[in-house]
Amino acid sequence: MAGIDIEGLATVYPNGVRAVDGLDLTVADGEFFALLGPSGCGKTTLLRTIAGLESATEGSVRIDSTDVTRLEPGKRGVAMVFQDYALFPHMNVSENITYPLKVRRVAAATRASVAEKTGDELSLQGLLERRPGQLSGGQQQRVALARAIASEGKVLLLDEPLSNLDARLRLEARTFLKKLQKDLGITTVFVTHDQAEALALADRIAVMQSGKLRQLGSPREVFARPANTFVANFIGSTPMNLLPGTVASDGVSIAGGSLPAATGSVPSGAEVTVGVRPEYLTLSTGDVSGPAVRGSVVVAENLGTQSLVTVDCDGTLIGVTVPEEDEPSPGTPVVLTASEQRVLLYDKESGELLARQPAVV
Amino acid sequence: MTTAPAPVPGRPARVRGPAQDVAGLGVARAVGFLAPALLLIGAFLVFPAIWTIYIGITNYRLTGVEAVSPSIVGLANYTKALNDALFHNALWLTVLFVLGSAIVGQNILGFALAWTMRRARPAVRRTVEGLVLLAWILPSTVVAYLWIAFFDRDTGTLNSILGTQGTAWLIDYPMVCLIVFNTWRGTAFSMMLYSSALQAVPPSQLESARMVGASGWQTLRDVVFPHIRGHVLTNTLLISLWTANDFSPFLLTKGGPNHESETVPVYIYNVALQGGELGYSSAISFLLLIANLLVALLYLRLLRRRS
Repeated sequence: MAGIDIEGLATVYPNGVRAVDGLDLTVADGEFFALLGPSGCGKTTLLRTIAGLESATEGSVRIDSTDVTRLEPGKRGVAMVFQDYALFPHMNVSENITYPLKVRRVAAATRASVAEKTGDELSLQGLLERRPGQLSGGQQQRVALARAIASEGKVLLLDEPLSNLDARLRLEARTFLKKLQKDLGITTVFVTHDQAEALALADRIAVMQSGKLRQLGSPREVFARPANTFVANFIGSTPMNLLPGTVASDGVSIAGGSLPAATGSVPSGAEVTVGVRPEYLTLSTGDVSGPAVRGSVVVAENLGTQSLVTVDCDGTLIGVTVPEEDEPSPGTPVVLTASEQRVLLYDKESGELLARQPAVV
Repeated sequence: MTTAPAPVPGRPARVRGPAQDVAGLGVARAVGFLAPALLLIGAFLVFPAIWTIYIGITNYRLTGVEAVSPSIVGLANYTKALNDALFHNALWLTVLFVLGSAIVGQNILGFALAWTMRRARPAVRRTVEGLVLLAWILPSTVVAYLWIAFFDRDTGTLNSILGTQGTAWLIDYPMVCLIVFNTWRGTAFSMMLYSSALQAVPPSQLESARMVGASGWQTLRDVVFPHIRGHVLTNTLLISLWTANDFSPFLLTKGGPNHESETVPVYIYNVALQGGELGYSSAISFLLLIANLLVALLYLRLLRRRS
C-alpha cells in the first residue's frame, strides 16, 4: 500500500492545451480520493498522467516514495478501471480477471485459484466461464474491478466508475465500491463529474477547474465551506445562493434585509458576494428577532422529503429548503434567517472566500 | 401473441414476406431497369466463361486446320494438364508467388504499416499512405516499366545502389523479383484495410493491456488480433485470389527465363498465344477457376467457424 505525491505536475497536449496546469497534491495511503470537476477540467488527464497513459510535461509523480514520472504504465504498480471497463470480449471472466498474471507468465494453476478467490471477493461466483457480453453492466464492472485487484497494484485508479450504470444500479454499486475500498484498504483515486458521487464515496475531494485545483478537502468541508464561488456553484444538488451584499457592523446586508456573518477583517461597507446554501437557511412565517431577510414565496418545488422554496426578497430570488410538511403556498410572506457560521463571504472580483473563520465541521 | 388480422372484405389480403413491391415499380419496369446491366454481364462475363469451358473440351487452335474446324476431344486437355511438367511448374510458382507476396508480404507489411502509422503524426501518416497508395493506383504497365528500370543489368537503380553492376536480377532471381514487386505493388490494400480494422479496437482495451505491462507482442496477440481476425481472413482471401490471377508478372519477365517465373496466368497466355493451343489453355483456365473456388471455400469455412 502506498500514497501518491504529485508536485508541480503539468500535462500539456501537442495543441498547447494545458490540461493539467501545475498541480500539487498528496493522496494518503489507503485514502479514497475523488477528482471532481466539470467536463474538460483536466481530471481525467490527471488520472491518466498518474497511470502513465499520458506523459507529464512538467513536475513529478511519486508512488510509494518512488518517482514514477518517466516509468511505463505497466511498471508503476498501478491498476486502472476504465469508464467502459475495457473487458476483452473474446476472453471469459476468469481469463479477463487473470490477464495481468498471464502477462507476467504466472502458471495456469495459480491463475485459476486467483480467479476463484478474486471472483468470490467480488460476488462473481458462477460467472467465471461466461463472456463479458453475457453479463449485466454491474457484473461487468465487478469483473473490471476484479482484474484491477488481481494485478495487485499499490494504487487503484477508477475513471468515472459509476457513469456507465443505470440510475438504480448506480446507488447499489456506489455502496459496494465504498465497502470494497474500505475492506481492501487500497489507495484509490477516482474521477467523477457528479458531485453527489464524490461527496458520497470519497474521504477527500479535489475540485478542479481548467487544469487547476480549486479546493481540496473532506466532503463536509467542500460542501459546507466552498473555498470560492466556483466550488460553491458546483457542489450541492440545490445550487448555493450567491447574492450581492454589503458588509455591515453586525453582518451583511442583502436583498433589503441582513444576515449575521463573521466578517473578520473585512471592512464595513465593503461589497461582497454572500454565499448561503438553501439547506442552511431557515424559513419562518411568524416574526423573528435579530437580522433576517423578508420576502414572499414565489414557487415551491418538491424534492421528495424536502421542498425547495424560492423567495422573492426585494427583487432578489433566494432558494431555501424546508421539510415537506412545512411547504408554504405561493404569495405567503416569510422571513429567512441563518446562523452566523453558515453565511460565507466571497470577494466580489476573484470569488475567493474572504472571512477566515474557523471551520465548523 | 397476436393473431393475424382478418382480411378486410372487398380488399385482397396483404401478402406478407419479401415479395412486396416496395418501390412500386411493377415487374415490367423493374425488368426494364435491370436489363441493360444483365445484358452486359451476360455478354462479357457469363458467355465468355461458358465459352471457355466449351473450348476447353475441343482441340481449338489459333492457326491451322483446328482453327477452322475444331473437334471435341472430351477430357483429353485435362488429362494432358495432369501430366504436363510445365503446368506443374506453373502451379508451384503460383503457390510460391501467392505465399511470398500476398500471404506473407502484403499481409505483414500492410499490417506493420497500419500499426506503426496509427500513432504517427497526421502529416507523416498521410504522406506514407499517399506513397503506398501511389504504388497501387499506377497502371501496371507503368509500374512494370519502372521495375524493369530498377532491376536493369547495366544501368539499373538497384545495381547502382548496391554497386553490383552486371547482376541481371530479373534473370538470376526472377521469382524473388516478382515477389518483391508484387508486395510493393499490393501492400496499399492491406494497409488501408488494417488501418480501418484497427480503429475498431477500443483504445481502452489497448490501454488496459498497457496498464498491466503487456509487451507489444502480447498486446497484438491477446487484444488486437482477436478483434481483427475476421479482417485478416477477408484480406488474406482477397489478396490471395488477386495475386493468383495476377498477370503483371508477364510484364516483367514474360515467364522466363526458361519458365522460371511462369505463374499459371502467364502460362495460360503463353500456351494460348505463343503455342496457339487455345483449347488446352482454356482447360487450364478452368482449372485455375476451380482452384480459386476451393481457396475461397476454405476461407469462408474459417470465417464461419469464428462466428
